[in-house]
Amino acid sequence: MSVVTLSQIQFAVTTIYHFFFVPLTLGLAVLVAIMETLYVRTNNEMYKRMTKFWGKLFLINFAMGVVTGIVQEFQFGMNWSEYSRFVGDIFGAPLAIEALLAFFLESTFLGFWIFSWERVSKRLHLAAIWLVAIGSSLSALWILIANSFMQQPVGFAIENGRAVMTSFLALIQNANVWVQFPHVIFSGFTTAAFFVMGISAYHLLRGRTEVFKRSFQIAAVFGSLSILMVILIGHSQAQHMVQTQPMKMAAAEALWETADPASLSIFTIMDQKTGENLVDLRIPNVLSLLSYNRLTGEVRGMKDLQAEFEQKYGAGNYIPSIFVNYWSFRVMVGVGFLMAAIVAYALYNVLRNKSDGKFKFLSLFPFFMILPYLSNSTGWILTEMGRQPWVVYGLLKTEDAFSPNLTPGMVLTSLIGFTLVYGLLLVADVYLLAKYAKAGVETAPQKAKRTTDEEAYWE
Amino acid sequence: MELNVLWFILIAVLYIGYFVLEGFDFGVGILLPFLGRTDLKRRVMINTIGPHWDGNEVWLLTAGGATFAAFPQWYATLFSGFYLPLFLMLIALIVRGVAFEFRGKDDNPRWRALWDWCIFFGSLIPALLWGVAFTNFVKGVPIDANMMYTGGFWNLLNPFALLGGVVSVLAFTLHGAIFLTLKTHDEISTPARKIANQLWVPLMLALLVYTVVLYLTTDVVNRLGWNPGVVPIFTVIAFLVTGWFLRQKRDGWSFVFMAASIALAVITIFRILFPSVLVSSTDLAYSLTIYNSSSSDYTLSVMSTIALIFVPIVLAYQGWTYWVFRKRVKSNPQELHY
Ligand code: HEM
Repeated sequence: MSVVTLSQIQFAVTTIYHFFFVPLTLGLAVLVAIMETLYVRTNNEMYKRMTKFWGKLFLINFAMGVVTGIVQEFQFGMNWSEYSRFVGDIFGAPLAIEALLAFFLESTFLGFWIFSWERVSKRLHLAAIWLVAIGSSLSALWILIANSFMQQPVGFAIENGRAVMTSFLALIQNANVWVQFPHVIFSGFTTAAFFVMGISAYHLLRGRTEVFKRSFQIAAVFGSLSILMVILIGHSQAQHMVQTQPMKMAAAEALWETADPASLSIFTIMDQKTGENLVDLRIPNVLSLLSYNRLTGEVRGMKDLQAEFEQKYGAGNYIPSIFVNYWSFRVMVGVGFLMAAIVAYALYNVLRNKSDGKFKFLSLFPFFMILPYLSNSTGWILTEMGRQPWVVYGLLKTEDAFSPNLTPGMVLTSLIGFTLVYGLLLVADVYLLAKYAKAGVETAPQKAKRTTDEEAYWE
Repeated sequence: MELNVLWFILIAVLYIGYFVLEGFDFGVGILLPFLGRTDLKRRVMINTIGPHWDGNEVWLLTAGGATFAAFPQWYATLFSGFYLPLFLMLIALIVRGVAFEFRGKDDNPRWRALWDWCIFFGSLIPALLWGVAFTNFVKGVPIDANMMYTGGFWNLLNPFALLGGVVSVLAFTLHGAIFLTLKTHDEISTPARKIANQLWVPLMLALLVYTVVLYLTTDVVNRLGWNPGVVPIFTVIAFLVTGWFLRQKRDGWSFVFMAASIALAVITIFRILFPSVLVSSTDLAYSLTIYNSSSSDYTLSVMSTIALIFVPIVLAYQGWTYWVFRKRVKSNPQELHY
């Protein structure tokens, strides 16, 4: 295999893996902060136990997110040096800002939060977890500002064959950021909501209502709002995509010919080589409706777009893998609506407020925990693979972006290394999460003894 | 000041922050098998760096991001060129970070032993590779006219670079030992002080040999002249003072001077490099400099504004957390998080 292909596989492995942990961090930070806020407001010790229980799971997950994030900071230079040279003037800035504004905030105050439970005032301790939550959302914002440039380059000029920044403000105001960022944030919140509901369900079924009934309620409310936002914003994002990356949408809908009105595919088996669909079940007008909020409107097909791109950018294949686009889009959206239904059902039962917190199908909730991960991963697969053959849309192709000094052997070595280590760590991570999730809350009252005989530094 | 120069200095500052702070994390990790003979002692040691290691590591991430933003060519050539060593370092940092969080979460001795080894090697390997890397920066590596690294893996592990690795391992271990004298009670701080005293002489010797080799095999004389200026001299003085305070058992002051030695050593290296960032051993003219590898003036000025606002803020709150956790860590299992 070539260096490009191997590097692509490695990027996919390390990034999707990293994004197993990030969404939960995004959402759980906020949920834990809400729980601790309730504790500080009500002084109810139950909320403190709740905060500590979810906090512990948060930490296990957070550690994995942090360490896999280190790779992200360096792998553009390692495997994509030509990319880094081409966009460094623009792309490096949000990355550096992410570290400076977000990572420091997140990690410093998380360390503080863990170790300062009995040492500082309740309010200060609470402020720390909110700063962690703000830090992780800020980090998402800046990395998505960077990613949005790859989807929709703005605020730049080409000088001596490299892209240079002409407007930092344009980078931040990029319309793509403001659909992508909320979509990702609320996906993260949804992920955490399903996580908390799943684990709470496990305990409710075993009769432990203390802490877990309330946790389930909080998560159900939080989850309903979040999934609603995900879907609404996803809809705007799809409309945005029709405008900015029509090829991605055409491939996601297996739409070969430009159509007005355009139909939405229900089930299509396509043949990428011959350019036709073998089985094609479609609802008329709906793709136009989704794209423009009215029953007519032209949605361009792959054949037209290919011809146009050839004229604009020269010969080449500009159609991404239709199979991947089509199915990743369908899994994300399908699972998204499934989750909306689940959370609505959960909310309904929460509102009925049975004393033991149990209801029909509660035993399925631990299994539902996997659903957001499906949508998260397929969402990114769509975003990144749907953009191919471009790495920066319309400016730089992936095949021109890799590091020319690498040999396939080197990349294979690192690919195997990362995959092995990541695989083993996942086993350990899931083992610990399961262990602590099942263990339940500590009921023994925490010793709140301040250590008086501690010595200071400067003796 | 020229923005290219400002950013060269800022990146030096980030590496100083990283080595001064994560340096003692590495040291504590390397000393784990030697000073942590019981599980409780190992826990105390890990807890001394518990609230800080993650925040300390962000200095590296920021240095990486800042290099990308300000000197994209440097970022691209360096990290693609040093591919395999960097890969090793990343794996080491990954298992080490996870190990801190995971080891205490199960009582099984084999589970703990596994993560203890991850902490040890996860600290030792980066500590070594940083010395290797910085020596290679100064010594020069094969780079062609297109800023592409043309050497292989073994070019980077040459004897001189490995000597640099020995220096950095010894320095970080000493730094970690001194940190432990500050943050623990007698049962750990006494042996830690002893180790620190034992490490001081070998490190001094290694530094001497390193300096001689540096003068003999590189063109550092041309770049600095025979009189190296105040910074390297202060580095040596700071290190001598460290040794003196160590013998006086003035742990706070030895820590301050060890931190200063590390900071001054980093400044020395960046001064030797200036205005290059990666020296080409193929042809000096192919070297990457702060001029031919930088971003546009516009990007640099935007980034400067942001950095000048936020670096002080970060320093303030990170410093504040060190203040909050200034107490020694006691070997009371109830109070240990990790
Ligand atoms: C149900 C309706 C949904 C719609 C219409 C929708 C729409 C979209 C679209 C169009 C993209 C690609 C954007 C681009 O490439 O420019 C995308 C990406 C993504 N989606 Fe969804 N989505 C939905 C549900 C979900 C759910 C439920 C989740 C996770 C819980 C999710 C997570 C993601 C993620 C992580 C990405 C990649 C990042 C991004 O480009 O925003 N999506 N979504």
